[in-house]
Amino acid sequence: MLEHYLSLFIKSVFIENMALAFFLGMCTFLAVSKRVDTAVGLGIAVVVVQSVTMPVNNLIYHNILKEGALGWAGLPEVDLSFLGLVTYIGVIASIVQILEMTLDKFVPKLYNALGIFLPLITVNCAILGGSLFMVEREYNFTESVVFGIGTGTGFSLAIIALAGIREKMKYSNIPEGLRGLGITFITVGLMSLGFMLFSGIQL
Amino acid sequence: MSKYKSIILDPVFNNNPIARQILGICSALAVTSKLETSIVMSLAVIFVITFSNLSVSLIRKHIPGSVRILVEMTIIASLVIIADQFIKAFAYDVSKQLSVYVGLIITNCIIMGRAEACALKTPPKLSVLDGLGNGLGYSFILIFVGFFRELIGSGKLLGFSVLPLQTEGGWYIPNGLFLLAPSAFILIGLFIWIIRVWKPEQVEED
Repeated sequence: MLEHYLSLFIKSVFIENMALAFFLGMCTFLAVSKRVDTAVGLGIAVVVVQSVTMPVNNLIYHNILKEGALGWAGLPEVDLSFLGLVTYIGVIASIVQILEMTLDKFVPKLYNALGIFLPLITVNCAILGGSLFMVEREYNFTESVVFGIGTGTGFSLAIIALAGIREKMKYSNIPEGLRGLGITFITVGLMSLGFMLFSGIQL
Repeated sequence: MSKYKSIILDPVFNNNPIARQILGICSALAVTSKLETSIVMSLAVIFVITFSNLSVSLIRKHIPGSVRILVEMTIIASLVIIADQFIKAFAYDVSKQLSVYVGLIITNCIIMGRAEACALKTPPKLSVLDGLGNGLGYSFILIFVGFFRELIGSGKLLGFSVLPLQTEGGWYIPNGLFLLAPSAFILIGLFIWIIRVWKPEQVEED
């Protein structure tokens, strides 16, 4: 059993890396990767939010939205799965908001360190994408916890690595038109090529 | 008249959402391995952005500032559900290929960004045109990337054979790399390079 969860974790960090294999969270990925320390801050925030929202959305899906899930309320024929998108984004937005207030009250140090990144995470597609994948693959509750932590870790790993490369790249002589966004795209392309090496691994 | 024209055409080349504003990149990369999926995705985004701009602009004077993000999110999410259900009903195969990415239009920052930056401040008519223009700018890159990835990766366009493959008696050996994820990054990188050589005022200062 433990093996299954471990391999799911490794799979979500490396083989199915949110940023480099599924291109989720790209906007933040490209915009916030100019410096390593900000990238670390965002990475931590993503891991926290991802590992909280994923299980919550999992519970909501299995107990309310899924076809026949409302059986406990005496409505076995109701299928609310078309409401999924609105619900998930609502859950994510409110959890981010709650997290922000809790951190501000109890751990102000961490709150200040995360700063602007926390609210930005609401529109990070890696979070919503994670929940949608979780539903599509029918993960159970424990799997969704592991998958949440795994995808969050994978995303932070990728963004910290990209920030490291971009910091070094400041010293190189890049053709004018490619400077900034252009060369970043190509760098990410090469990184993603590297991550493709993992794709053949069976766990 | 020229004002309307520039609102539509500006986001296509001069202020392209993907190449210049760094918005809406996730889906641009994931769905472009075929021309067909790129076109369906573009249409869905054009639909959602035009109508979300229209709806937000119509009620812009009644939305309290503190809950505006929530209101915008709800409008966008409802429109995306309509698009999603429509694609599922009329193009089921494509909807399977697009997988979760139709749903991810909700978090596509182009739509949110345009609602915030334009629809909240402008009257409905101009907002619709702005939405249309940004949708077109997005589609332009999507279709460009989709065209090259399908052509080079599998020698086909929209499923029709254009370059006869060697395995089927032709001469073309497909480059499988173009069907994989990384090629999209590199194609968009090169595309940005082309635009910036053509329009040097977009070059970033370091």
